Amino acid sequence: MHESHGDLRSLSSSLFIIILHFLYEIMAVHGPVVKIHPVVLASIVDSYERRNEGATRVIGTLLGTTDKHSVEVTNCFSVPHNESEDEVAVDMEFAKNMYELHKKVSPSEVIIGWYATGYDITEHSVLIHEYYSREAPNPIHLTVDTALQSNKMNIRAYVSSQMGVPGKTVGVMFTPLTVKYVYYDTERIGVELLQRTRASPSRTNGLTTDLAQVASAAGRVQEMLTTVLSYIEDILSGKVMADNSVGRFLMDLVNKVPKITAEDFESMLNSNINDLLMVTYLANLTQAQIALNEKLVVL
Amino acid sequence: MCFGPFPLHQTMASRKESAASGSSPLETPVKQIQIDGLVVLKIIKHYQEEGQGSEVVQGVLLGLVVEDSLEITNCFPFPQHTEDDVDFDEVQYQMEMMRSLRHVNIDHLHVGWYQSTYYGSFVSRALLDSQFSYQHAIEESVVLIYDPIKTAQGSLCLKAYRLTPKLMEICKEKDFSPEGLKKACIGFEIMFEEVPIVIKNSHLINVLLLDLQEKSTVADKHELLNLSSSNHLEKSLQLLMDRVDDMNQDIGKYNTYCRNLSKQQQQKQQYLQRRQQENTQRQSRGEPPLPEEDISKMFKPPQAPPRMDTLLIAGQVNNYCQNIKEFTSQNLGKLFMAEALQGHSS
Repeated sequence: MHESHGDLRSLSSSLFIIILHFLYEIMAVHGPVVKIHPVVLASIVDSYERRNEGATRVIGTLLGTTDKHSVEVTNCFSVPHNESEDEVAVDMEFAKNMYELHKKVSPSEVIIGWYATGYDITEHSVLIHEYYSREAPNPIHLTVDTALQSNKMNIRAYVSSQMGVPGKTVGVMFTPLTVKYVYYDTERIGVELLQRTRASPSRTNGLTTDLAQVASAAGRVQEMLTTVLSYIEDILSGKVMADNSVGRFLMDLVNKVPKITAEDFESMLNSNINDLLMVTYLANLTQAQIALNEKLVVL
Repeated sequence: MCFGPFPLHQTMASRKESAASGSSPLETPVKQIQIDGLVVLKIIKHYQEEGQGSEVVQGVLLGLVVEDSLEITNCFPFPQHTEDDVDFDEVQYQMEMMRSLRHVNIDHLHVGWYQSTYYGSFVSRALLDSQFSYQHAIEESVVLIYDPIKTAQGSLCLKAYRLTPKLMEICKEKDFSPEGLKKACIGFEIMFEEVPIVIKNSHLINVLLLDLQEKSTVADKHELLNLSSSNHLEKSLQLLMDRVDDMNQDIGKYNTYCRNLSKQQQQKQQYLQRRQQENTQRQSRGEPPLPEEDISKMFKPPQAPPRMDTLLIAGQVNNYCQNIKEFTSQNLGKLFMAEALQGHSS
């Protein structure tokens, strides 16, 4: 079977790079980069929604793996705690137990820090952070603003560092870190599906059938093509300055469609189609056969 | 590896009484399943991290029953069984996990379990047994089958199955002989029923998703538009061929059983006839007739092969065929798109 190697696929990925070029923003902060998986954030939001009466925020442990320059957060669980004006109590036994249970499933995950919902870092956070520094070297503190103070869910990560005069008054300062979202491929596909629930008013979404999926993927590529086309129109009419790097990407894009002679392409296409049709025929035949066998036995 | 809801009999006993009195065996208690986005992400993560290779990963689903739909709000994974971990106690792990989750207000009601599959091969005896024990204890439980390979090809493949009431009855009686199955008229198509799935997200999660979409710089790889299909097709066809071979053997066994049975009937008839003849001869000579001997003791009927495996194999073959057909139809569509792109109007 001939395969036109990722024809459509590479086309769409180069299209995406062009789009990305317009939207990319760079944040530069020093310290280890914190890479978060979306499942962690969803867990945090869910435990915030299930918090006890009267609690303003929830805290929990972050699990994951550390690297030389980065920390990857892959899992988390919430820890019950009580917070009032003067004191804070964290159920440490619970935290230890849960960590043991989680370790049975994924032995490679370690405690790398803790999270709290809410916008600010309070004094209680300092105490809790101290507890966690006993569990992990240099723990990360993650805040997720679920109260949406600035109309956005600000997700920030901090690491603590000493400040002050050594020997006399020593304090702790939380320095911010860069936060990146990482996905496994399958996670990305899952998140994409979840994004679609935003559109429907009842916040629900079913899973689509086979051909409809291909149609929607093609639709997405079509959208991207129209964006690029409108950009080119703008350049041609002089509204926007031409950018050489984008031009190079465009040339890449056009060259991605492979130049094959008509007869070769016909034969490749036909042989592929024949293979697929034959397999469909065989599958139908097998199904008919087992149905027949079923009826014969029951006779 | 199959596990069942052992610790739940206390909590579930009261519910079972009320359920058994109300529902008739024909109506299905669950018409639709509503899954939280969080559960989907957790299942994906579990397979991705712990399930590389062709091992299946399993876990427990937690949630609640709302009228005629089942809501799944959380889940937790089950650790893999290793040979050197003999003293691992499944029940204890489950109990501890559920107790801890109760402290943080997560629904601790067991409503089912999930399992990953390799190219759609999940119709097996182990699955049947597990699901039967779950459904016996909790009427609304389902098994979620997550297909990671199909998901990696472009779109999430998550299906929910339950055992049909007919199959439940058969499993209860453990009567797997041909006569038993004929009585219940069960076919491979009515073994499992698929329940439609709907994904639901709360408002806060929607805000989170919005945020993620803005800030995320991960490029979309568009696996769904991939044209290369031979690898996947080869593997699927290989599995299908293996199953068809199994089915063949099974059919052969059943045929030999049928032949043996009919041969035995013939022998019985011949014996009876001979007996009759001898008896008439003896009577004509004035001697007492020979005593009637117990025929059934002389000709022991051959053992009927259990038909449950055949049903399972047939169900599995059916499943493979469905998957293959879906895959080929998608690829045909993609090929025609590629043709249009090439611009050769033919």
